[in-house]
Amino acid sequence: MALEARLRARRAGGAKLLVPYVTAGLTDDWVRVVEAVAAAGADAIEIGIPFSDPIIDGPVIQAASQTALERGVTPASALAELGEVSIGVPLVAMTYCNLLFHAGFQRYAGWLEEAGVAGTIFPDLPKEEARPWAEFAAGKGIANVLLVAPTTSEERARAIAAESRGFVYGVGLMGVTGVREQLAASAIGVAKRLKSVTDRPVLIGVGVSSPLHARQLAPHADGVVVGSALVKILADGGGPEGAYDFVSSLRQALDGQ
Amino acid sequence: MSSVFANPGSASGYFGDFGGRFVPEPLMAAVRELEDLFTAAWEDPAFQAEYHSILTGYAGRPTPVTYCANLSQDLGIELYLKREDLTHTGSHKINNVVGQALLTRRMGKSRIIAETGAGQHGVATATAAALFGLKCTVYMGAVDVKRQALNVFRMRLLGAEVVPVNSGSRTLKDAINEAMREWVACVEDTHYCIGSVMGPHPYPLMVRQFQRVIGDEARSQMHEAIGTDPDFVVACVGGGSNAAGTFTAFLESDAAIVGVEPAGGAAVGRGTPGVVHGMRSQFLQDEFGQVEEAQSISAGLDYPGVGPEHAYLASIGRARYEAVDDAAVLNAFQVLSRREGIIPALEPAHAIAWVLAEAGSTIPRGSRVLVTLSGRGDKDSEQVAEILGGA
Ligand SMILES: Cc1ncc(COP(=O)(O)O)c(C=O)c1O
Repeated sequence: MALEARLRARRAGGAKLLVPYVTAGLTDDWVRVVEAVAAAGADAIEIGIPFSDPIIDGPVIQAASQTALERGVTPASALAELGEVSIGVPLVAMTYCNLLFHAGFQRYAGWLEEAGVAGTIFPDLPKEEARPWAEFAAGKGIANVLLVAPTTSEERARAIAAESRGFVYGVGLMGVTGVREQLAASAIGVAKRLKSVTDRPVLIGVGVSSPLHARQLAPHADGVVVGSALVKILADGGGPEGAYDFVSSLRQALDGQ
Repeated sequence: MSSVFANPGSASGYFGDFGGRFVPEPLMAAVRELEDLFTAAWEDPAFQAEYHSILTGYAGRPTPVTYCANLSQDLGIELYLKREDLTHTGSHKINNVVGQALLTRRMGKSRIIAETGAGQHGVATATAAALFGLKCTVYMGAVDVKRQALNVFRMRLLGAEVVPVNSGSRTLKDAINEAMREWVACVEDTHYCIGSVMGPHPYPLMVRQFQRVIGDEARSQMHEAIGTDPDFVVACVGGGSNAAGTFTAFLESDAAIVGVEPAGGAAVGRGTPGVVHGMRSQFLQDEFGQVEEAQSISAGLDYPGVGPEHAYLASIGRARYEAVDDAAVLNAFQVLSRREGIIPALEPAHAIAWVLAEAGSTIPRGSRVLVTLSGRGDKDSEQVAEILGGA
């Protein structure tokens, strides 16, 4: 399922976009969790593939990655499990670029295709280094999503948005992923800057932790990515039901109910 | 030699296939600013003058080259040591830190953070922070906090905050992760002073330039001593800064160049290509690309990766990388102490261990061998005493 076409269509229909993040392999029932997240109204789902050295992740996702790795999860095994079910919304595989380079483009793309994954995010693969993979992935119909930060200049943000596929990921704050009490002012700043330079769907993530944050961002962005807040619920044993309830509350906040 | 040696400002930041700038977008502006600033400063005579005057008047440079008469006789070679152990703070790390502290001031930043393994880079950073009036935080793996307790005390005495890191293997690799994470959140007023020739461009190049004073001095000192270049140039390799700083002066000479890695952390010798900590280089990793833990007696070499320039020098065959095990290192630590009256740090004891093992075979009799003694052994004495039972 093509990622950008789907997101643009939803946006054209008046919806704000919701992309929750789930760490692959965190629990035995993690694929059920992904299904529950889709059922609760996600427009796409980020699948976090655990890496040993997640330098842009805070304590929640670090711990989840560590747990998943200790459970023996590998990129191939995680994606193979996903391939066995039909989720119904586009999936985006998020991990660090060493896993991509180690597997090689051909093999990595093969895993993604078998799992029906529509996009990739590598937070440590900036525009300058991303091109070879982005082009290879595009040839397979896989969208490589690029990131823009609060410290990215307007000129650079425009160039990144032009090269990004699927959507543009606006990093909401200067810091690692994690649950935050309040939405950073920089989140709205990044959203506005990106909306002024691109027509591509603009999603804001990192530090977007609650229905309130989602509602605060809704007037300025096309949607939100919510990671640590959901992963924390899962790490605390919330399971598919906990995920369903939380994602439903985000959906309602974005739908203005 | 490839143009990267002639052009320290090379835009791509690659040494052959290795290097690059694999950082999250939030850090991109900072590393680009650093690159521009460093490039300009390096060309600026006023910067060079201040940098060298601090190295001379504060850090104790130039350091001597010592001829080791006793060991030379034992081994049937001529052994020379470049004495970085005699610098202020006791290791080569001060050379780099002085440079980066000057850059921090030029950027108008008020705080400096660092990772440390053995604690030598942390101590050097804390020292420069005290000198320049900067706030300082040092990230150190919890395992290393324990085995390098003396250096933890020194850092705190110098006014730095030391943060023990409890994630992953709790050693140098994880201290780097944590320093990077912290840097993202405070990049506006804080400089990340990386302690070796690693990380995203411009760090590998910049740190190499700040360390090349070791090799530049040593080469002219060798010419004074023996009228020519040595036959072998040997240095230990963790991230690879004392080695890169030494090797650079000899790349275009006929000297054989040897980097010595710990057997349990031989990233050049046994690693595979990957992208970690902002750079494409060689890493110890499993079949899926998860980074593995290094295993070494020496906290300063306990790192599963290596600076990209070393991966490059190995790939073109200009330098070779050998490994020695912990037992050989403990032996070298004692031999150099007893025969020359010099207690080495465990890191350069790796380089000594390789020379002890290879003199008379890989190193032919009569060879003139220059070894960089990157630091002194005070910090390791307690750890070694425990292992040797109070020897
Ligand atoms: C004395 C000494 N030598 C060498 C090293 C390793 O670093 P590098 O390989 O960057 O020289 C350290 C690191 O802590 C050290 O303290």
